[in-house]
Amino acid sequence: MVDFRMPSLGADMEAGTLVEWLVKPGDQVKRGDVIAVVETQKGAIEIEIFENGEIEQILVDVNTKVPVGTPIARIRTVTETAAAAPTPQPAAGSEAPPAPAAQPSTARAPPSVAPMPAAGRERASPAARRFAKDHDIDLAGIAGSGPNGEIVLADVERSLSRPAPTKKKRAIGLDLDAMRVAIAAAMARSKREIPHYYLEHKVDLTAAEQWLAERNATLPPDARLLMSALTIKAVALAARRFPIFNGFYQDARLQPAAAVHVGIAIAIRGGGLAAPALHDADQLPLDQLMTRLRDLVQRTRAGRIRSSELSDATITISSLGDRGVDVLYGIIYPPQVAIVGFGKAVLRPWVIDGAIGPRSIITVTLSADHRVSDGHAGALFLAEIGKLLQEPGKL
Amino acid sequence: MNEADIRGILHEELNNIAPEADLAALDATADLREALDIDSMDFLNFVIAVNRRLGVDIPEVDYPKLLTLQKAIAYLQNKLAK
Repeated sequence: MVDFRMPSLGADMEAGTLVEWLVKPGDQVKRGDVIAVVETQKGAIEIEIFENGEIEQILVDVNTKVPVGTPIARIRTVTETAAAAPTPQPAAGSEAPPAPAAQPSTARAPPSVAPMPAAGRERASPAARRFAKDHDIDLAGIAGSGPNGEIVLADVERSLSRPAPTKKKRAIGLDLDAMRVAIAAAMARSKREIPHYYLEHKVDLTAAEQWLAERNATLPPDARLLMSALTIKAVALAARRFPIFNGFYQDARLQPAAAVHVGIAIAIRGGGLAAPALHDADQLPLDQLMTRLRDLVQRTRAGRIRSSELSDATITISSLGDRGVDVLYGIIYPPQVAIVGFGKAVLRPWVIDGAIGPRSIITVTLSADHRVSDGHAGALFLAEIGKLLQEPGKL
Repeated sequence: MNEADIRGILHEELNNIAPEADLAALDATADLREALDIDSMDFLNFVIAVNRRLGVDIPEVDYPKLLTLQKAIAYLQNKLAK
């Protein structure tokens, strides 16, 4: 007999509302069957089961909201040889940090969820369907090459060579009320659990501004860079060099991330905030980074964030310079361990080589998790960002 | 292209960026960034759109000349007349 628990479907999910049971006591279920629909802040998500067996008891009624990790059904397993089937992530309680999607290959299979089918099931041959089920492949992500676009076995086999999406969600849309609830949950958890320390560092942006103005002068508007492209790249490079600020706090320690996915805090008109990831920001040339940033901001403001972007940022940047703010101290987005803040670049009297001159100065801040790093490392990290911004041509 | 045409195009593009704004009530001498809560990314997208629709080259150094509706119309009219 095993308990089936409310799975965690994202870093900011603390609870889910059971909106529909697709099984009843006595029903036979097998691994991969969808047994319930759960409503989260990101939409309705189908929940799959990991065991073969029989539904013994339903523990949570429809329209009940329960914390992540709460047993929602009891299952009588038929085979004790189901060792191949991973057990659902046994969350210790509602506070347990969920496995980020960034490291699905090393972690055990996370609770697998399928998106709500938009209009009926995907057209697929029985062989393709069986193969997909055996290999835990989501047919929704596969293009069919059979008659009328039907998915055939070869299509599914081909998809095995690509990393299979283990988790999919509907586009979040722009439900600002739900977004506010998600922000509240994530920020409350951060302030409750993460001992922040804060550092600030003033950086001379004069060279970067000049370089940017010269570069943009010869380019059409859609090829021009914003200063954000430079600051994001500088933070990404510094994060690669200081991995202690790039990753997730899990199991009471830092799990450094292999890639640098920079979460960009983006204000939504009407009062929302999202911080989707700009993937591999350390690897992108500036013009590509800028194109991706424009795309990300536009899609986010239109409510079209991709599920991976929502869950796998490894460090976050927040900038409020456009709003005239001098300094901003961010709150870490759990389970990340650092957030870098940029204020407004302001022309100030500055001493260079013993003489006072006007320089464009920006205040960069770091809020970091003291369980993972100390102020000394944080100071070096901020200094590295400042240094990188002195040579914009090398970014 | 007359002033009303340019104004119409600017309204459309500003509406794409700030759909909730009442552009008819917008003070033509107000700083667009403040009046419409536009950030540097929004402003860049606005310039890209105006550049595409009017074929007017808008160098970065001229951005301050686009910061109010009144100034922007005058600037673009002048550019189009050349």
